[in-house]
Amino acid sequence: MSEGIKQKAFAWLDERFDLQPLVNMMDHKKVPIHSHTIWYYMGGVTLFLFMVQVFTGILLLLYYRPGEESAYESMQFILTDVKFGWLFRNVHAWSANLMIFFAFTHMFSVIFTRAFLKPRELTWVSGFLMLLLAMFFGFSGYLLPWNELAYFATKVGTDIVGAVPLIGEKLKIIIRGGEDVTGATLSRFFGIHVAVLPALTTILLGFHLLMVSRQGISEPREFSKLPAEKKHYMPFFPHFVMRDGLLWLIINIIVLSLAVFYPWDLGLKADALASAPMGIKPEWYFMFMFQTLKEIPPHIWFMEGETVGILVFGVAALLWMALPFAKFRGKTIVESKWINILALISLTYMVVLTIIGYL
Amino acid sequence: MKLTSIYIRILVGLIGIGIMSPRILMAEEELNTCVSCHVENDLMPQDYIMEDVHQHSGLSCAGCHGGDPTAEDMDESMSPDKGYIGIPAYKDTPAFCGKCHSKIEFMRVYQPRIPTDQEDQYHTSMHGKKLLAGDQGVAQCSSCHTSHAILPAKDTRSSVHPYNIPATCDRCHGDSELMAARGRKTDQFSDYAKSVHGTALLEKGDTGAPACNDCHGNHGAAPPGAESVSHICGSCHLNNIEFFKTSKMGQSFESADYHSCEQCHGNHAIMKPSDEFLNVHESSLCLECHSDGDEGYLVAESMYTDIKDTDSLYQAAQLHLLDIQIKGMNDVDIAYLLKESKQNLIQLRTMVHTFDADQVAEKAVEGKGLSSQAIELAGDEIHEFNRRRVGFGIATLAFVLLALAVYFKIRQIDSQESNPSNEL
Repeated sequence: MSEGIKQKAFAWLDERFDLQPLVNMMDHKKVPIHSHTIWYYMGGVTLFLFMVQVFTGILLLLYYRPGEESAYESMQFILTDVKFGWLFRNVHAWSANLMIFFAFTHMFSVIFTRAFLKPRELTWVSGFLMLLLAMFFGFSGYLLPWNELAYFATKVGTDIVGAVPLIGEKLKIIIRGGEDVTGATLSRFFGIHVAVLPALTTILLGFHLLMVSRQGISEPREFSKLPAEKKHYMPFFPHFVMRDGLLWLIINIIVLSLAVFYPWDLGLKADALASAPMGIKPEWYFMFMFQTLKEIPPHIWFMEGETVGILVFGVAALLWMALPFAKFRGKTIVESKWINILALISLTYMVVLTIIGYL
Repeated sequence: MKLTSIYIRILVGLIGIGIMSPRILMAEEELNTCVSCHVENDLMPQDYIMEDVHQHSGLSCAGCHGGDPTAEDMDESMSPDKGYIGIPAYKDTPAFCGKCHSKIEFMRVYQPRIPTDQEDQYHTSMHGKKLLAGDQGVAQCSSCHTSHAILPAKDTRSSVHPYNIPATCDRCHGDSELMAARGRKTDQFSDYAKSVHGTALLEKGDTGAPACNDCHGNHGAAPPGAESVSHICGSCHLNNIEFFKTSKMGQSFESADYHSCEQCHGNHAIMKPSDEFLNVHESSLCLECHSDGDEGYLVAESMYTDIKDTDSLYQAAQLHLLDIQIKGMNDVDIAYLLKESKQNLIQLRTMVHTFDADQVAEKAVEGKGLSSQAIELAGDEIHEFNRRRVGFGIATLAFVLLALAVYFKIRQIDSQESNPSNEL
């Protein structure tokens, strides 16, 4: 496309949508260069994988039919008869796992570089809520193939919900759509997976990206203290965007390789009357919580161990989300070393418990 | 019911559940003098067990042996006037047991559906006939069931449970001295134990496999005659016998008075049948009667070729299936076809008993068709597998090239910035 046509097209659009301020903002947007710059890419990779999820998810929706008598069969059809169905299903499954992995990485990198502090408190909150939504995406999507493992894992997972104090039993029945995991559970998980969660995620993602654009990219404390001549930046466009693009391409190759060489089994169709298969485990990102609940004694004081565990996780999640607003011994977090220790302990705990869960 | 009788039943029951030892019983000797006296004098039957089915049903010693268990005096309690029989004579044992077991009015109180023709059947058996003829070494009721350790046949500890029947029969039929006197062989058990039936029952615990009594009968035990052999085998191997009976071979066997199934498969040492039975070029059973070039020879040769070809194709298709499964490709339709193909092979081997080469050939065509179809589908899957690899390779190459282009563009921009005189 010649420069003249480009300029004409831009002028046409600018006249109608006032794009020049946006272009100016992009021109002035810059990314700090320092030893931790690599972590700036984690959010972008998560966003890329989310887009992959949306794309492959829409393709799967063309053939997937929710229902006790059709879900598994439609998955079989997708995997065997639909052109590239096997590829999109496997990419969807692998990309989902990688997306959650990069979301966690993004979250911890934000913690360690203190990127969540003022004025980015709400960016942090929206990001953390999106991580929770991603986990719900995983949990609801896991049941959709309606296979044996998914069925029993959902049974165990929703049983845990039943241990929530006061509202647990009611909540479990609402989630399951009845006393047990049935076709009703599948229907509502499907609805949640393809409508509710995408809608909520889109809203939060829009807010999150708007905040990132509006507030710019956070600079670590050590970097911001440097004299101006020692601070190095790269323009967001095209430098950072191209690097981001390069990383997305690499991730794309990795996802494709995993989908081709390590396809996900469909397994056997769920059978409520069959005995539970050996070794039912939740998805890896729930493993640390699952393992914790297994390790907790049956009774703690006057409460059931499982209830205590769920309460602790609930409170911990709330505190984690409220971190940007917290102060330690009268000091803001930015001055306290405790936040790094806390984050490190949390990360170690999650990794160790996950490993124990798989041993 | 007399009070003493109730006490006796309670006591016998208590022994049964092991609450009271015979030593304790001695204190209550007025209640069952049979037990108390026999315990005191160490005269309890050697084979006595507390779980004995009669004792469990509340039958006391006197129930079989007669006498008065309430009388303290031995002469009185064991008086013939009180119906005392004692140990029945060997030859009288069937009638001794038949007192109750032949009376439906009595037996149905305990087991409503129990047959009561055992004694009658026994007298038709070789054992029964010889016993009547005065042979004191043949089996009667207690030889198989024991005297005081009788358990229901469904109890795996019982001497007449299917698992134990071969050993029970072998107690006499493996006794060389006993059998030599009657001109019988003693190798039935060892033959049976290594047979396809014996291995299934004794090693794999498959109670569907026949034990001695399934072919020879229980109480009416006798060696099957020439005609009845086919009926016995055919009671399980339904299709085989149907094909055989309507075949030319079946009619020839009948006129020659041959032991149908046994003629080829043997009796106690029946081995797992092999396709090689038909291999007239090696050591086929057919060669016992047929010779090179005759009709039977050609039929066997044709059937053997058909079966081997069908089997080879099936095995090849199985390898294709395995390959598909290892590659993680779609195996559903192939596995389904091979299930049908395997069923066809089973039917084909059964159809050998028609001794009709045309019928077998027709069935073989069907089986080979199924396996070929499976191989063709497997080929499609392999093709799809390779196509995916190639597609992946091309896509990866495209993405790598794109990534390299982006990488060099980044370098170009960086270098242009560090040296502004360079053009972008």
